[in-house]
Amino acid sequence: MTVARSKPILTAGKYAALLAYLTFALFPLYWLLKIAITPDQLIFSEGTTLWPSSLTLDNFRTVLFQTDFLYYFGNSLYVSLGTAAATTLIAAGAGYAFSRFDFGGKKIIIAIMLITQMFPLLMIIAPIYKMVASLGLLNSLTSLIVVYTAFNIPFATFLMQSFFDGIPKDLEEAAMMDGCSRFQALRKVIFPLTLPGLGATLGFVFTAAWSELLFALMLISKNEAMTFPVGLLTFVSKFSVDWGQMMAAGVLALIPSCLFFIFIQRYLVQGLTSGAVKG
Amino acid sequence: MARIELKDVVKCYGTVEVLRDINLDIKDGEFIVLVGPSGCGKSTLLRMIAGLEPISQGDFLIGGERMNDVRPRDRDIAMVFQSYALYPHMDVARNMGFSMEIRKDPANERMSRVKQAADTLGLTALTERLPKALSGGQRQRVAMGRAIIRDPRAFLFDEPLSNLDASLRVEMRLEIARLHQKLGATMIYVTHDQVEALTLADRIVVLNGGDIQQVGSPLELYERPANKFVAQFIGSPTMNVVSVTGGKNKVTTADGVAIALPHLKGTERAVEMGIRPEHIDVVDVNAGHLIGIADVVEHLGSDTNIYVDVEGLGPILVRKHGNIPAKTGDRLGLRIQSENAHAFAADGVALRQTNTNEA
Repeated sequence: MTVARSKPILTAGKYAALLAYLTFALFPLYWLLKIAITPDQLIFSEGTTLWPSSLTLDNFRTVLFQTDFLYYFGNSLYVSLGTAAATTLIAAGAGYAFSRFDFGGKKIIIAIMLITQMFPLLMIIAPIYKMVASLGLLNSLTSLIVVYTAFNIPFATFLMQSFFDGIPKDLEEAAMMDGCSRFQALRKVIFPLTLPGLGATLGFVFTAAWSELLFALMLISKNEAMTFPVGLLTFVSKFSVDWGQMMAAGVLALIPSCLFFIFIQRYLVQGLTSGAVKG
Repeated sequence: MARIELKDVVKCYGTVEVLRDINLDIKDGEFIVLVGPSGCGKSTLLRMIAGLEPISQGDFLIGGERMNDVRPRDRDIAMVFQSYALYPHMDVARNMGFSMEIRKDPANERMSRVKQAADTLGLTALTERLPKALSGGQRQRVAMGRAIIRDPRAFLFDEPLSNLDASLRVEMRLEIARLHQKLGATMIYVTHDQVEALTLADRIVVLNGGDIQQVGSPLELYERPANKFVAQFIGSPTMNVVSVTGGKNKVTTADGVAIALPHLKGTERAVEMGIRPEHIDVVDVNAGHLIGIADVVEHLGSDTNIYVDVEGLGPILVRKHGNIPAKTGDRLGLRIQSENAHAFAADGVALRQTNTNEA
């Protein structure tokens, strides 16, 4: 039968396409790792060979013990977790309100939130800098949390709203008939069902904050308040770039993101589908 | 257990009135069915009683107490939702005991009540399962268990059987009837299925377009519908309605056949006559009121449905008990059991019957 015969070909084709995509997407990561473990003297001499002739962990050692990298790392973790927590909390509240209540100005608020997403960030960097400066928050991690939270709230709110929309209204009505106040219904019935959505939002915001460079570069100039993307630039000096250490730092920076995603992965997969299909 | 009263209740969305002047007095322990086509406002009315939808105007009383502004949780009413609305993250036992958990009733009392309800509904073996591991009928039972466990003042059902397949629907219908007998509680039940309405109700409330059309026992609605809408809504298959000209104690069909209707008052005002399919006899061609050709014959075993094409009047459905040996193309005479006929005035209101004591 033609169907039976064409199937393996189709499957093979699918895997080939996936493989091509994965190679394309993961190659930079591979290169990052490869350079990180290549001894300094081989980086230029061996050029573009796929695997260096000798390996070293010296770059990691230098990065961890002789630079301020751990410091930057801690700052980034603090900023990203702070942003993710604050954004998710606010977005969950706003998303619930958009999903369940009709109130005056709802459409306008949604429109304004959309508009804020339309400006190129470069355009508003100067005013943001002035505002933060006049608040005396330059060179503080708090300023980054505030700015990142403000920028991530609209998208996170829409994300949370769609998760709440996916939970039938009947459920909280049933809970209210069963004797819950609206808040109790939210806490006992809706909240447990929104965990996937919260996980997805947390992950999204965490990653966005973790890799943000532009604002961190503008608002932070002191070494002790630098986040890791800004810190990476310290490996670039006037006359040379310390590729090996920079890449080693990059590899280390991937770890928290990976851990975070492994941790929330279960919720994320559920979450992204549960918004689409009811039940 | 309680009496429930609705006095001049109105529901508006903005300027649109979706329910008008609803007056209903539901006795303690009565089984009331709200029935009507989709969009007639029956579910909205139920949700207003539940407290999930605010009442725009009028008074709503439970046991003589005004409840308009009382929160759902304080009305002491249980509701079974069309979608069942089981909490997906709780097992069957916790789903059923949730209201007691919220009320902070002692755990051992809760356990014993859950067990009792599970036994009643045949769910004993399933109490540790999550809703997703249950069949439709089992979910329906859990939803009912959640309601009965509370021993509320009234039960509300919002089309509880419409997601079940036909045989299960019949089974669950029986179970609800049994439940009502056993508990003797006030129950208000919304459905668009008139068979459910006729089989379950003490009294049926027929709604259409936001107005109550008629309130009465199933037989009253069947025998003395207040208007053409109720006449055609209640009874299956649907009542035949043909245009007629009114006259003294009779009506005349378009092809000139006079039918005497001495049991109706004011036949002069009649513009339409209604006759249920089961109230037409098949007779010899010239012995009846009408003559027609059998268009489709459905043999249901217990009954036979014959769609007869009557010239000048259009299709008339005849339903006879047992097996009638008619086939498509047969010329048939139809005799209308005129004592069972209804007549409607131009505004659709049914002409009153002379032998009833209605005021």
